[in-house]
Amino acid sequence: MIVMISFLALCAFLCFYRILLGPTISDRMVAVDIMGIIFVGITALMAVLFKLPYLLDLAIALTILSFIGVLALAKYLGKRRLDD
Amino acid sequence: MIETIGWIIIWIGIAFDILGCLGLIRFPDVYNRLQASTKCVTLGTFGIMIGIFLIHGFTPMGIKALICGLFILLTSPVGAHALMRGSIIFGIKLWKGSVLDRYGKEKLGGERIEDR
Amino acid sequence: MVIFFIFGFGLWLLLTLTLHWSSVIAGLLASLLTTLIYGGYFTRHPIRFLQPHRWFWLLVYIPYFIWFMIRANLDVAFRVLHPDRPINPGIVKIKTILKTDTAKVFLANSITLTPGTMTCDIDGEYLYIHWIDVRAQDVEGASRIIARPFEKILRRIFE
Repeated sequence: MIVMISFLALCAFLCFYRILLGPTISDRMVAVDIMGIIFVGITALMAVLFKLPYLLDLAIALTILSFIGVLALAKYLGKRRLDD
Repeated sequence: MIETIGWIIIWIGIAFDILGCLGLIRFPDVYNRLQASTKCVTLGTFGIMIGIFLIHGFTPMGIKALICGLFILLTSPVGAHALMRGSIIFGIKLWKGSVLDRYGKEKLGGERIEDR
Repeated sequence: MVIFFIFGFGLWLLLTLTLHWSSVIAGLLASLLTTLIYGGYFTRHPIRFLQPHRWFWLLVYIPYFIWFMIRANLDVAFRVLHPDRPINPGIVKIKTILKTDTAKVFLANSITLTPGTMTCDIDGEYLYIHWIDVRAQDVEGASRIIARPFEKILRRIFE
């Protein structure tokens, strides 16, 4: 169980590499999106590990929050050039 | 028996997650990175949720995991589509090995591919 | 609207998974409020929810779609692990035969999660697709390869 969570943390570190070194702003946004979904996976595995079902409620809320955040970022990205 | 299948599905999901993040590192431009990482990470996390559902059955934990997996399956492609459209409009160019850019040619006036 | 209400209340019952009276009353109030605010936006043809053959084709569509998703992931895994990165990307344009908006959204999401393709924009009956391995550059060939496998089932579900 701990091994699984460590593998997912490794994924999050790979995303973090892309966030630090991404050449354009769009790369960083993609990495943030992927990192959000991986954190949902980590939360679900922790719910199984600690036997706490309400952590899965947290996972559902995290999914919706990450989705709304990505939509807002994409709106910002698309709008800026249109207004010029 | 069914618990073993659940653990195997969780392991497969984690393998796909790692492959998606490797794609995020290895591919050359935003669009290819978005393709690889969105597909692999969506199926990987959906697999983790299905595995938890198979292990726990119809208890509160299993049903919540199933609902969470369905939410991920619905929201992830929409977010990727919005990011892709945003970065095209923002003006990020395609990789230099790309073949054609019909969207740029018809909507934005001229193909947007990096110079070789 | 009634269908939307039943859907919301069922989701609440699945999330809480109790039949205690206070939680049931709170769920009724919450789903009633949501229905009154948002119910008008979604269902334009409510009678279609009650036709059983559409549900049958939806049940056929789900395993078909999951099979395509697994194929997509194996394809991406092959491209990631191959030392030469065999990619050949480009943006192509396809023409769809679906008419309603819901069907187009489902088609776009399905295209996003299947091998090597991803939707960029929808413009009337044309879709712009980013394709990781371009095999056909004209509109007809690309739509035959990308969209035909989904359209023939989605048309039976939504139209």
